[in-house]
Amino acid sequence: MSGPTDAVAALAGVAHLDVDALLDDRGIGIIVCCGSGGVGKTTTSAALALRAAERGRKVVVLTIDPARRLAQAMGIESLDNTPRPVAGADEAAGGHLDAMMLDMKRTFDEVVESQASPEKARQILENPFYVALSSSFAGTQEYMAMEKLGQIQRDAQRDGTYDLVVVDTPPSRSALDFLDAPERLSSFLDGRFIRLMLAPARGPARLMTAGLGIITGALTKILGAQVLRDLQTFVAAIDTVFGGFRQRAMATYALLQDDRTAFLVVAAPEPDALREAAYFVDRLSSDRMPLAGLVVNRASEQPEGDLSGDAAYAAAERLRDGDPDGAVTAGLLRLYADQQRLVEREARLRSRFAAAHPTVATAVVPALPSDVHDLDGLRRVGELIAR
Amino acid sequence: MTTDWPKVRLHVVTGKGGTGKSTVAAALALALATEGKNVLLCEVEGRQGIARMFDVDPLPYEERRLTTGLPREGGRGGTVHALHVDPEAALLEYLAMYYRLGRAGRALDRFGVIEFATTIAPGVRDVLLTGKVFEAVERNSRNKGAVQYDAVVLDAPPTGRIVQFLNVSNELAGLARVGPIRSQADTMMTLFRSPRTAVHLVTVLEEMPVQETTDGIAELHAVDLPVGGVVVNRVRPQDLSAEQLAGVAPGTVTRDLLAVGVTAGPDLVEGLVHVGQEHAQRRALEDRQRALVAALDVPSYELPRLTQGGDLAALHELAGLLREQGMA
Repeated sequence: MSGPTDAVAALAGVAHLDVDALLDDRGIGIIVCCGSGGVGKTTTSAALALRAAERGRKVVVLTIDPARRLAQAMGIESLDNTPRPVAGADEAAGGHLDAMMLDMKRTFDEVVESQASPEKARQILENPFYVALSSSFAGTQEYMAMEKLGQIQRDAQRDGTYDLVVVDTPPSRSALDFLDAPERLSSFLDGRFIRLMLAPARGPARLMTAGLGIITGALTKILGAQVLRDLQTFVAAIDTVFGGFRQRAMATYALLQDDRTAFLVVAAPEPDALREAAYFVDRLSSDRMPLAGLVVNRASEQPEGDLSGDAAYAAAERLRDGDPDGAVTAGLLRLYADQQRLVEREARLRSRFAAAHPTVATAVVPALPSDVHDLDGLRRVGELIAR
Repeated sequence: MTTDWPKVRLHVVTGKGGTGKSTVAAALALALATEGKNVLLCEVEGRQGIARMFDVDPLPYEERRLTTGLPREGGRGGTVHALHVDPEAALLEYLAMYYRLGRAGRALDRFGVIEFATTIAPGVRDVLLTGKVFEAVERNSRNKGAVQYDAVVLDAPPTGRIVQFLNVSNELAGLARVGPIRSQADTMMTLFRSPRTAVHLVTVLEEMPVQETTDGIAELHAVDLPVGGVVVNRVRPQDLSAEQLAGVAPGTVTRDLLAVGVTAGPDLVEGLVHVGQEHAQRRALEDRQRALVAALDVPSYELPRLTQGGDLAALHELAGLLREQGMA
């Protein structure tokens, strides 16, 4: 019998991620779920938040782009950037659950409004460069998720509203976007190029160096003079608002590094998703961010019985050849064999990950036969993650 | 031998994250590369997915011969080339080509303008990425020494960003109302909106991806970008009907197994029955989503869930299936 193979056995040594211990740990104030797109991050965040609330924590979950029906079930269809209580969460243990769907642009606008006079804020909000930057600059979304996290965390500490913030992260082009966004946005706003753009706006003609002349000349050629004027106006306006932008970004970064924060890397048992997860784990460790563990969603479950995949395929073939009445059993054998193969393949992928990252505690969540769009579904996912 | 997209030169492949759009793009490129044809497979997101799928060294920013296409019966395969488009290299090339910016180009780099333009200046990055693809599609015999392509397949950003990515003129609107970048973007839009382009969407038969596909098609229509087909990926086997699955009897299973020399304990029989029940449940969900895909009123193609990893043989199998269904 070849059945569950070496790869499965190799996984026996992988530390188990104790999700309930994490959720019950009052020393943890923030859980960040990260991972590549399509691995079930949003569902995982919501399920963890609900479970934590029903175990007595005062929780707010920041989600990004949840499935429509799930958003409805949680009462957060509208993008108003304000946490709302989730009806139907069991509060018997003394906890409660609020949820919020994150509006990145709104968050950015709020930062501007809080930092500038109404007149100045209006000028910035209307500038085409601001509009583009706040809605489409790679990294803005990621940064704003962290900005909002910081705000909520500060408010919660002041008012005692929440003792746990669970945050879903936007599906990034790559893991880099999410971790580098604060740095990237601040280095953009504090950067050399921006300084150059500001130089003429600030007057002293001596700053009009030969280098700058070439630059503005080249940019005018490529973009046109009007674009350059818009850009200079934008930069001058935003500079006064974001004078201390770097400081703000550094504070957010420090919050993520804090011991009260726990990162969960979410993945699916697919080569790309696990590769991205491995990358996340490495980045988190090199940036000294506290990693709690890996959640592998959508895992295939080992079917009962001791027939190997190959033996099941062979038996299905023999049945098909011999007995027309055996079609149903032959079909079942094929499904069984497929599942054995998937289990083995996933085990191989996971053991490769585990070999490179032996200390990462892991929770494996079986694929659900149906989509999750209500609290019962989330509760069930929560149970499976905490198994 | 007719296909559903005889006029299309640029096949843009998008899809929700995790649905396998890169695999589908690669399989489509193989399927299009019939005898005597040159096909270019492009990636723009810096992931080196092509190199991994085809098990070659990471691709540089230059067109490379990648592999041989899937031959038709009795024929030979054409050639699949690959290109990894890198925005910074594309910008420098663009500057050199159109503006002969020798010294200024280097100065731009030194002052961080290249970085600014490619990662920060909104829209410019996408104009550069799509610009390179545009150049490959529009290339003609005047460009000596360069390969001319019969088709270009673009492994594009995911559904959520595809309209923004292709709708380059609009993205620049308000930023560059006039000027060279603007006219460049407008020329590209002419190709993207023409019948020579098709935007295909990859999905799996689950609620979120199908919803995103539906939304994506509506968004593409709204900005006049040509919607291609929907590729439904990772479909579960369908050799058993719902009735057959509902009527599974443990006794029959035990008897059938014995007939082919497998002595089954209760565990195995229960395992088989359970696998069948779960499959029936998932199939019912798939059928509901399939009905939604059918209602989209665009050609759709189905690819099976493969249980053995994504190696080259699997890509060829998928390419064959796309061709059988008329996508290529």
